[in-house]
Amino acid sequence: MKGMSLIVRTIANISFPFILIYGFYIIAHGHLTPGGGFQGGAVVASGLVLMLIAYNAEWISQRIKESHLSIFESLGALSFVLLAFLGIIFGTAFFSNFLVGTESLFGGIPLDGAANINTGGIIPLMNFAVGLKVIAGLFAIVYVMAHFISKKEGKIA
Amino acid sequence: MNFIDLIMSHAPALLVVIPLLGAFLTPLISKINDKIRNIFVISILGITAVFVLLVAQQVLDTGTITYVFGSSLQTQNNTVIRILFEIDALSIFMALVSIILAFVASIYSWGFLENETGQDKYYTLLLLMTAGMLGMVLTGDLFNFFVFIEITSIASAALIAFWTNRVKAVEAGFKYIFISTIGALFILFALALLYGQYDALNIAQLADRITFTYLDKIALIIFISALAMKGGIVPMHMWVPDAYGRAPASASLVLVAATQASLYGVFRVLFTLYGNVIHLPNISFGWILVILGLITMLVGVIMAMIQTDFKRLIAYGAVAELGYIFLGVGTGLTIIANPDIGISSAPFAVEAMKGSIFHIINDALDVGLLFMIAGAVYYATKETSLNSLGGLARNMKYTTIFFIIGLLAISGIPPMNGFASKLLIYESTYQLNPIISIIAILSSIMLLAVFVKIFQSVFLGPKLKKFDDVKEVPKSMLIAMGIVASIIIFFGLFPDLIVSNLVEPAVNALIHPENYLQGLTGGL
Repeated sequence: MKGMSLIVRTIANISFPFILIYGFYIIAHGHLTPGGGFQGGAVVASGLVLMLIAYNAEWISQRIKESHLSIFESLGALSFVLLAFLGIIFGTAFFSNFLVGTESLFGGIPLDGAANINTGGIIPLMNFAVGLKVIAGLFAIVYVMAHFISKKEGKIA
Repeated sequence: MNFIDLIMSHAPALLVVIPLLGAFLTPLISKINDKIRNIFVISILGITAVFVLLVAQQVLDTGTITYVFGSSLQTQNNTVIRILFEIDALSIFMALVSIILAFVASIYSWGFLENETGQDKYYTLLLLMTAGMLGMVLTGDLFNFFVFIEITSIASAALIAFWTNRVKAVEAGFKYIFISTIGALFILFALALLYGQYDALNIAQLADRITFTYLDKIALIIFISALAMKGGIVPMHMWVPDAYGRAPASASLVLVAATQASLYGVFRVLFTLYGNVIHLPNISFGWILVILGLITMLVGVIMAMIQTDFKRLIAYGAVAELGYIFLGVGTGLTIIANPDIGISSAPFAVEAMKGSIFHIINDALDVGLLFMIAGAVYYATKETSLNSLGGLARNMKYTTIFFIIGLLAISGIPPMNGFASKLLIYESTYQLNPIISIIAILSSIMLLAVFVKIFQSVFLGPKLKKFDDVKEVPKSMLIAMGIVASIIIFFGLFPDLIVSNLVEPAVNALIHPENYLQGLTGGL
């Protein structure tokens, strides 16, 4: 896989940051608007896949390693479970939302109509955790497949 | 409240959370060292097993436990809107079966997969699957049941296809994910039918509201057929030999537990979800289970006779064993639903159910032991075809002894556990119809014949030259087989202890659904 033409690469370069911002926006507003960790993560991962297609697998592999992706994926899942665990310690039950209604970060209570991002307790934090896992996981799948294809092509050529 | 009380009050959630946490930590820990990772996985499953025992004691002492996630239980328009676990004696019995097999599988894998690549993924999936199975049996919410089924089937499909360089393993994995996705989607459809009518997803609440309308009957049929499909009951058993036969032996072991968890779903739906209506006269659902059980036994054992592959043969044996479980439960249901069948038949209904619930754990252990032996033979010789094996008793004396134990146990020969549960099933089905118990005994005899054939062709016979340098398998595999074999002998020697302490409460939980309903209303 050689990567695509200069036009495609330039357009990919320009749109890449916007896709990332849009994805992170969906993750961060998961508790207020439609979407959340999974959807936003998928958007960010698709931005990364765009770069993978516009350039090539080797170019990406110089910058991101598959083992790092798997570490990020585990960290995302792990922080999700650990946040739920904190519910036992600070709240009443597993998954209990101990942050909501306090003065801390995301401590507010989301009200109808008033879209304040500083609300929701542990739900936005969990969205971030899911987002991290989805970005790393989805991108790792495409990345491994692309690597496989480029290796195969190399053998034939 | 001190620390131990705190932990104990959250123990039901920890049963699922600890394996889940372990699953996500495994990829990180395997970066350090393979040995540390193996010890970590074994200890995670060991801790989970301890928690299962603690919760079991709590359940058997005080009755149904309800654990609500998030915060306290809330209702809106009389509908429970929380995710909750509801644990009665049957749930914890099934959890015990799952955790024993998963724990043993993790010990066995140490030696069995020693030189394979991708072990970090294997152990992650193993823990994920354990979390899924435990969730399936502990949950008190139909939708969560569906979610946990999906977790279990995705993890098991990946485990079946663990040897991705073998075409047939990948094919078996694909077949399994196909079958279980269809099954799970039908379950989703059936629970949508119930949710649309009764506005609830909580099992206890649905059971309270169900009136057995025409839609409910459709939902019941879909539930039973989809779960039986995942369990491998005969008309839908085609995936079982492929999946069990192609998966690594340690994964087959956990798959056996996953199948049993699907059967748990059948029982939970029949006896608890439809518990208030299934006892109505003129509903002869029990006969359907009896007939399915009989077909399963016969087809399983006849197909086992013609197999030449070691693991496929055991897989068909496992199918046949599932028939006994369905037979016992079906008999119990038939007698309960039609009290006019016999004069003094009511006690036999309980006996039949006891037999089949006891057979769940016996079947899991016996089939599990045989799969581990098939894996050990494969590990030592790299052969699975019965035609090219022979004379291994000279090189692998411990494996041979374990095989004799497994052989006697699966065919129901007295000193082993299989005898205890099968005798209960024979006795009680005889009261329903003597022909049923004759067929059951006949299939047991045929199972014995099949496994004696294996014993002869694998372990006995002249010494083969190509197996001169075959050695006994590593210690971890022997320990795993030894644990299961000693549990089998213990259950066989003291069946009364198990039946009265574990099986009888589980049967009572099944035939008295009102206890399950009280578990929820107590929390309301």
